[in-house]
Amino acid sequence: MSKGTLRRVALALAAPIAAVVFATVASSIFLIIAGSNPLSAYGDMFEYGSRLEIQVDILNRATPLYISGVAAAIGFRMNLFNIGVEGQYRLAAIVAAYVGASVSLPAFFHVALILLVAMLVGGAYAGVAGVLKVTRGVNEVISTIMLNAIAISGLIAWLVREWQAGGSVDASGANLGVGTEPIEESGLIPNINSWLELFTREIGKGKELTGVLLVAIAVGVLYHIILNRTRFGFDLRASGINPFAARAGGVNDKKMVLGAMVLSGVVAGLVGMAEIAKLGRFSPNFVGNLGFAGIAVALLGRNHPGGIAIGALLFAFLDTASGVLQVTGSASREIVFIMQGIILLAAVIAYEVVQRYRIREEARLASTLLSGDQE
Amino acid sequence: MILERIRQLPAWARWASYATIGVLILTLVQELGQNDTSHLTAMTTAQTALKWSIPILLAGLGGLFAERAGIINIGLEGMMILGTWFGAWGAFNYGPYWGIIIGAIGGAIGGLIHAIATVGFGVDHIISGVAINILGPFAARFLSSEIFTGYQGGSVTQSPRVENVDKFTMPFLAGGYDTPNFLKWIGEKDIPLLSDIGNILRGIMTQTSWATIIAILLVPLSAWVLWRTRFGLRVRISGEDPWAGESQGVNIYKYKFVAVMISGAFAGFGGAFITIEMSSIYQEGGTTGRGFIGLAALIFGNWRPGGILAAALLFGYPYALQFGDFDGYASHALLLVNAIALFGVTIWAIRKNKTADAAIAFVLGALSATWYFSSDTVPDWWVKILPYVIVIVVLIFFAQRLRMPEANGQIYRKGQT
Amino acid sequence: MPNAIELKGITKRFPGVLANDNVNLTVAEGEIHAVCGENGAGKSTLMKILYGMQPADEGTMELFGEEKNFASPNEAIDAGIGMVHQHFMLANQLTVLENVILGAEPTKPGGLIDFAEASTHLEEVGKAYGLTVDPSDLVETLEVGERQRVEIIKVLFRGARILIFDEPTAVLVPQEVEELFRNMRELKANGATILFIDHKLEEVLEIADTITVLRQGRTVATVKPSDVSASDLAELMVGSELPKPQLSDAKSQETVGLHLDEVTVLGEDSRPIVDNVSLSVHCGEILGIAGVEGNGQHELVGAILGTQSVDSGEITLMGDNISNQSVRKRRESGLGYIPQDRQEEGLLLTAPLWENAALGHQTAKPFSNGWRQWFIDRVGSRTQTERIREEYDVRTPNIEVSAHALSGGNQQKLIVGREMVSQPSVLVASHPTRGIDVGAQASVWGQIREARSQGLATLLISADLDELIGLSDSIVVMFRGQIVAQLDPSEITPRTLGAYMTGATVEETENE
Repeated sequence: MSKGTLRRVALALAAPIAAVVFATVASSIFLIIAGSNPLSAYGDMFEYGSRLEIQVDILNRATPLYISGVAAAIGFRMNLFNIGVEGQYRLAAIVAAYVGASVSLPAFFHVALILLVAMLVGGAYAGVAGVLKVTRGVNEVISTIMLNAIAISGLIAWLVREWQAGGSVDASGANLGVGTEPIEESGLIPNINSWLELFTREIGKGKELTGVLLVAIAVGVLYHIILNRTRFGFDLRASGINPFAARAGGVNDKKMVLGAMVLSGVVAGLVGMAEIAKLGRFSPNFVGNLGFAGIAVALLGRNHPGGIAIGALLFAFLDTASGVLQVTGSASREIVFIMQGIILLAAVIAYEVVQRYRIREEARLASTLLSGDQE
Repeated sequence: MILERIRQLPAWARWASYATIGVLILTLVQELGQNDTSHLTAMTTAQTALKWSIPILLAGLGGLFAERAGIINIGLEGMMILGTWFGAWGAFNYGPYWGIIIGAIGGAIGGLIHAIATVGFGVDHIISGVAINILGPFAARFLSSEIFTGYQGGSVTQSPRVENVDKFTMPFLAGGYDTPNFLKWIGEKDIPLLSDIGNILRGIMTQTSWATIIAILLVPLSAWVLWRTRFGLRVRISGEDPWAGESQGVNIYKYKFVAVMISGAFAGFGGAFITIEMSSIYQEGGTTGRGFIGLAALIFGNWRPGGILAAALLFGYPYALQFGDFDGYASHALLLVNAIALFGVTIWAIRKNKTADAAIAFVLGALSATWYFSSDTVPDWWVKILPYVIVIVVLIFFAQRLRMPEANGQIYRKGQT
Repeated sequence: MPNAIELKGITKRFPGVLANDNVNLTVAEGEIHAVCGENGAGKSTLMKILYGMQPADEGTMELFGEEKNFASPNEAIDAGIGMVHQHFMLANQLTVLENVILGAEPTKPGGLIDFAEASTHLEEVGKAYGLTVDPSDLVETLEVGERQRVEIIKVLFRGARILIFDEPTAVLVPQEVEELFRNMRELKANGATILFIDHKLEEVLEIADTITVLRQGRTVATVKPSDVSASDLAELMVGSELPKPQLSDAKSQETVGLHLDEVTVLGEDSRPIVDNVSLSVHCGEILGIAGVEGNGQHELVGAILGTQSVDSGEITLMGDNISNQSVRKRRESGLGYIPQDRQEEGLLLTAPLWENAALGHQTAKPFSNGWRQWFIDRVGSRTQTERIREEYDVRTPNIEVSAHALSGGNQQKLIVGREMVSQPSVLVASHPTRGIDVGAQASVWGQIREARSQGLATLLISADLDELIGLSDSIVVMFRGQIVAQLDPSEITPRTLGAYMTGATVEETENE
């Protein structure tokens, strides 16, 4: 590796590492004030997190987080803030669950249909905000937040009642509560335990590694290719960096705004698929807050497919491993929330500082080399 | 036309006229409507509407100070959440008045963080705001788990009950302090329009919390500070052209910092108000997006305190209508009110030659009217989402006509031009 | 009598650049002192140090014999220095009064601004110096000349005795420049000391009592105008003769590259910003558009490019009607564009150079390939960028650096290069040499002329009258959205051109 690249990588990592360190120190202070021992708390979490079954849990939690992060990142790349992922993924999930339960197809097509419906619904709902922005100049931050509330408080509440499952027990005889009709087995994405067990010992305690992990990886790869290797991605990034220059360069920025919002929504639609694969239906206590967590993870990962993955894993670790704290009692599990919040804020500040430093360095390098030229 | 003449009146008379027109529409709908919709202009509705608009107003004023200084504050929701928590803690331990103050301080802490990130480090305003919106509820959760769980009636997601601030009733007009109740007398006469105005006025003057009154007084106070004081001028230059201010020796960083902290304090006051005045406890998720609606009020109010108040009342009214509307007729009647308003917008748009706006307004108005005539009540989920729908509709028409401070959202670093 | 200003050994370093190198400057009290130098010579930096906006790394500063060290503009203002900026530091949405008193607001107890007193004081100052402005006007309603007057009053309001003018004539036409010089002489008569930066040599010779020349951050000479000529000054500034755009005798061809037929663009209030404009640019011809900024040139350029919608009229490119085509299509059809603000409209500052080179051409080889040009060809883009770098002398360590890192001149050369290598048939060049150093300027002029001889049709919009007269084969003047004159560059002077630009007619200028 050349010195320049090594230096660039080091700089890129400096900020997030500094943020995590800072957050750990700050949280430790909070813990000490609250009367807990930070070291034993962290120790408990790490020990817990090293177990294979818990690692499966972490991966399961990280999967939707990652997808949500990519959805947010697509918007960020265009300087658009799609805060609506929260509403988009839930709306997509309930519609997909309903459609999925109404048909019976061979496995591949069944799953594909469910994914497709989720993507369409997510994309369409995000598209509403996109249209509002492009045609009427409505700020997408406010419109997506309003649409979130409309979806969650209104549409979904109504749809859940409309599409309430008919029977009161499901296929296995367990009690059905409020929620949609269960999807048949053919529509559920299977777990990939057998794949993982190729590398590790057998997974116990009935833990299942969600097959949606493969979908997440695919999303990440596609995100990278589309954004960095295609002309559409070039146009999108250009529009995000400087819409005026992009316009003069032939990019139709209105199309880009709409395209980015829709694409973001399409990906957002997939966020709920892991839960659907596990439960087979949509119920009012469907997993929540993945939208905002995804935004945090995207910011942490600086909209980079690999960075988002690391961020997702980090937050998933914190969310999952903190469960042990309730058992060991070394600290209250809510400490991870403060940690996550501080990591985010610290990372965002650190990125800014490093970015500015890098620009100055580049300018200095460019001109010293040139004055060498001129002498 | 009449509108032209109204525009020429001084500000207070203008607003009074618009309000009267609004009440006129409500009265018309009441008289012409099929069912008993007197709830639209009932005293209780007005009272509740005023109360419900206060958090939105405070969030909007918070946004005002920040954005007038050039810092976009998306984090109002997070700061409000801090306000709800600190307000509960303060009220529980020291009484409602201290609760409000401590709630404001809690919000100001959020403002401080936002200021450090955006002014100190030059982080993008929206990113910082989003981070605070994530941090706020997390912090509240953590603090609740540490502190509220130790109180009786408290838990990770809520606090024990707290007291309200004292109430005030206007003498003579609303019968406060055992005086004759003039407005009630008018209200009972059942004269169209006048009685309705009477009821509404009585609603806002009866048993009004002092916290509400203080919040309303903050409107003219904000205007006065921003446009008449030295502090206000320097805050405004920070948002219009900070480099010009810098070249004239103004410490832009200082004014942005202070303005953002004031912004947080307003949001914190709003959160404390929700806890102390409205729900009497802190509840997780108690802000229900009102920080963002406050932002919408800021935009709709064209970054002016009076406009923000009007917008807050407009956005707060549907919330209030739900309460006590047992038969659902009043909320149903709102459909007709909306339709009339939209047709009014249609006419305005036609006269201004804006065909797209006119078409949209007409279609929406027609839909609303059709729905009204083809049903008796509205489903309750519609009532729940109505405030958010109104925000979007308002923005559809007005987002492009409004003017924010010129340097709003721009990253300012000292020494660079 | 001590000198008003005495700067000794001022040195200032920026990352990678030595902006001021041991600069000495002496300004006597009550004189008008000019500081000359080409772009990048260090004049602005020196003024910023004098005004307290930047601290010097080394050196001393004395005002009226007292040593001073300003940590902020406030201290400079208190010491009696006022700066009239080139790019006006005025907030559009505030009134003249609010802009002027900012930072020195007269107050009543409680922090309230005493508007009455402020207003009176402002009017007094205005009257004393013959500068008329209305305190309650919103700045955005004022014209350029009026805004400059507000800038001057801003400075006098605080009691400045030393006034610094930063390139005050850059935005003015010759007639307005005369008005400015009248004001300056009035100020001098009232006891003020004036320091001003300018790189237009005739002006400097006309108004200054003493001239200091800076080159590459150093003081090279201090002279009296009576002792030097313009070409002497030019030589001092550049170390050699200033390149002048020269008229060449290349003939333009018959084919029309760009044709506008009664193009009209209406504004918000339905009034025309571009009013029935018709013009033709032949292949092998450079047509210059002269005009004060804000008379519709920007919208005209937008209409040709496709970013501005046209309300009536037709635009043809090499015979094809492009009036309804998208920007992308027009670029692909051979329309090249050099924007007037390279940072705002021409570059992606945080992207590497090779991506910037692709901007505007990303739908064609060598920047993209694959089915329907769907994929970016990274190898092809990089090769092409290297070619641009060589042929157009873009000085950069490599093509991976961000555009941010390049100097203004090199950024401009990159933009010119990327447009030229795609072999356009028509080029719209808007202020192509604004704010770049003399070397880069000469290079750009050379490229444009070379391309002309190869058959390129160029539409040149510029505020640099020398550039317009020197490069164009023919000049039209835009005023209030209309073409008001067609002139032959070999027969006009900057004075007459300036008259047309401000709407005066030929008879008026002849009678002066």
